[in-house]
Amino acid sequence: MLKFDHVSKVYKGGKKAVNDLNLEFNKGEFIVFIGPSGCGKTTTMKMINRLIEPSEGTIYINNEDIMKKDPVKLRREIGYVIQQIGLFPHMTIQENISLVLKLLKWPEEKRKARAKELLSLVDMTPDYLDRYPHELSGGQQQRIGVLRALAADQPLILMDEPFGALDPITRDSLQDEFKKLQKKLGKTIVFVTHDMDEALKLADKIVILRGGQLVQCGTPDEILREPANEFVEEFIGKERLVQAKPNITTVEQIMNPRPITIMSGQSLTEAITLMKQHRVDSLLVVDENHVLEGYIDVETIDQNRKKARLVGDVILPDTFAVEKNALVRDTIRQILKKGMKYVPVTDENNRLVGIVTRTSLVDIVYDSIWGDEAAAE
Amino acid sequence: MEVLKDLIYYFTENGSYVWEQFFRHFLMSAYGVLFAAIVGIPIGILIARYHKLSGWVISLANIIQTIPALAMLAVLMLVMGLGTNTVVFALFLYSLLPIIKNTYTGIRNVDSALLESGKAMGMTKFQVLRMVELPLSLSVIMAGLRTALVITIGVATIGTFFGAGGLGDIILRGTNAEDGTAIILAGAIPTALMAVIADVVMGWIERKLLPVKKKKGTTEELEKATV
Repeated sequence: MLKFDHVSKVYKGGKKAVNDLNLEFNKGEFIVFIGPSGCGKTTTMKMINRLIEPSEGTIYINNEDIMKKDPVKLRREIGYVIQQIGLFPHMTIQENISLVLKLLKWPEEKRKARAKELLSLVDMTPDYLDRYPHELSGGQQQRIGVLRALAADQPLILMDEPFGALDPITRDSLQDEFKKLQKKLGKTIVFVTHDMDEALKLADKIVILRGGQLVQCGTPDEILREPANEFVEEFIGKERLVQAKPNITTVEQIMNPRPITIMSGQSLTEAITLMKQHRVDSLLVVDENHVLEGYIDVETIDQNRKKARLVGDVILPDTFAVEKNALVRDTIRQILKKGMKYVPVTDENNRLVGIVTRTSLVDIVYDSIWGDEAAAE
Repeated sequence: MEVLKDLIYYFTENGSYVWEQFFRHFLMSAYGVLFAAIVGIPIGILIARYHKLSGWVISLANIIQTIPALAMLAVLMLVMGLGTNTVVFALFLYSLLPIIKNTYTGIRNVDSALLESGKAMGMTKFQVLRMVELPLSLSVIMAGLRTALVITIGVATIGTFFGAGGLGDIILRGTNAEDGTAIILAGAIPTALMAVIADVVMGWIERKLLPVKKKKGTTEELEKATV
């Protein structure tokens, strides 16, 4: 799908931004270019749609040399998302989304229908179509930015730190949303970032660059397990390498399989007794099939002591749960980032099978520090 | 009090004459600005593209601007003779600087991220100009036209010395007449009024052309929608 063949870029004044790059990617892959600033990742990406022209070597898209194509035509076939979002402030959301279609001379009716269809992909209602970009939040604006790149159903999309300017929570949810979207639509993505967490979360393939040179290219797991050299190790960071220990990969392996549960039909007195017995401050609520319904904690019980009698009356329904096959490193990150005390673990039918607490994290850290020695003895 | 009475008398007696000169005066200014826009806006776009030219072009326009109006008109008269055309040409020269400068600034100030977006989406250079740069700099260009129009309305008053007519004729007549205060005012007040109205109207258009609609506008729309 995408191939770099001995590609170099030398800027005026002899500065070598990219040096003899050879890479090949398949269709539908999520490729992340990562490296410290000035490593040539953005230059490499911009050479793909000829915003920057390579000095040497050839880039092929579907076996076609991009230098032999008309740059304007080439760019219309490649989606592009940038960190500054770059929505046109004088155009409505609909005009922004369907701009490429306008350049491709689609009729007005079809453009409108397409914009509506795209909005539904990110769960935004059609009444946003007639609004202007400044009326939207940063996260919404970047969603539109992404949709704009999808408008003409381009098979290849370039993204230059698209989520870099968003706050951490918005960034997290946009990453999740986008990864799902990418899988669903089967797009090939070239994504530039300097955030290792982002790269590990999104990438099918990570390309690590340094000073215009390729350092390592591989799947996130390959890179975590076998970092090519010290630079990569340092770049990934010690704690991520620990998290990536091959013997603990899924949540199921580290979870506590016997979480304290209660049913919504039971009384609050029972709940308190249970909490006291097990010395915990919250209980997971399940139904008779062990399907997770929510949770209660000691504060809500205290607040509603006079009015409510049953667990079902004070249940807090929004619980964030992970599937038992989820990767440990993702889960840990979520626990740490969202400052949660614990995460319930469910199976594919949303039945509660265990719980990961901060204590489980201590176990992992203990294991990684002393586990090897213990095994050796 | 006497002066005010005289003034009102002058207006009632010579109303159509004053109006005629007012209109003539306005047309001269408007033509000057119009021609300057036709020449100045493309020059502004050009020097925004070829940044190196901008210093030269803007200095040149600056020099034109510093020549006193009377001197400029006198020199032009030597070449072009008396008449309206000479004055319109002078007004054209005076309008160039604000128009070129504002076009240049407006286009240079368009966010580079937007230009990159446009280019990366597959716009041709002309499409970037038409769909991104011009709409986003229109209000700044308009501000240039506004300044130019106000300047030319002032300068056009001197046109009377070069046989161009306009409200300057009335003022000149007042200065030549014995006790001509009322007549001077009859020429000066409409001139000032024209400048103020031009400024207000152009300012209104300028606001209308702002690329990002102000919050107020949108809430009004929302209110309409809910009613």
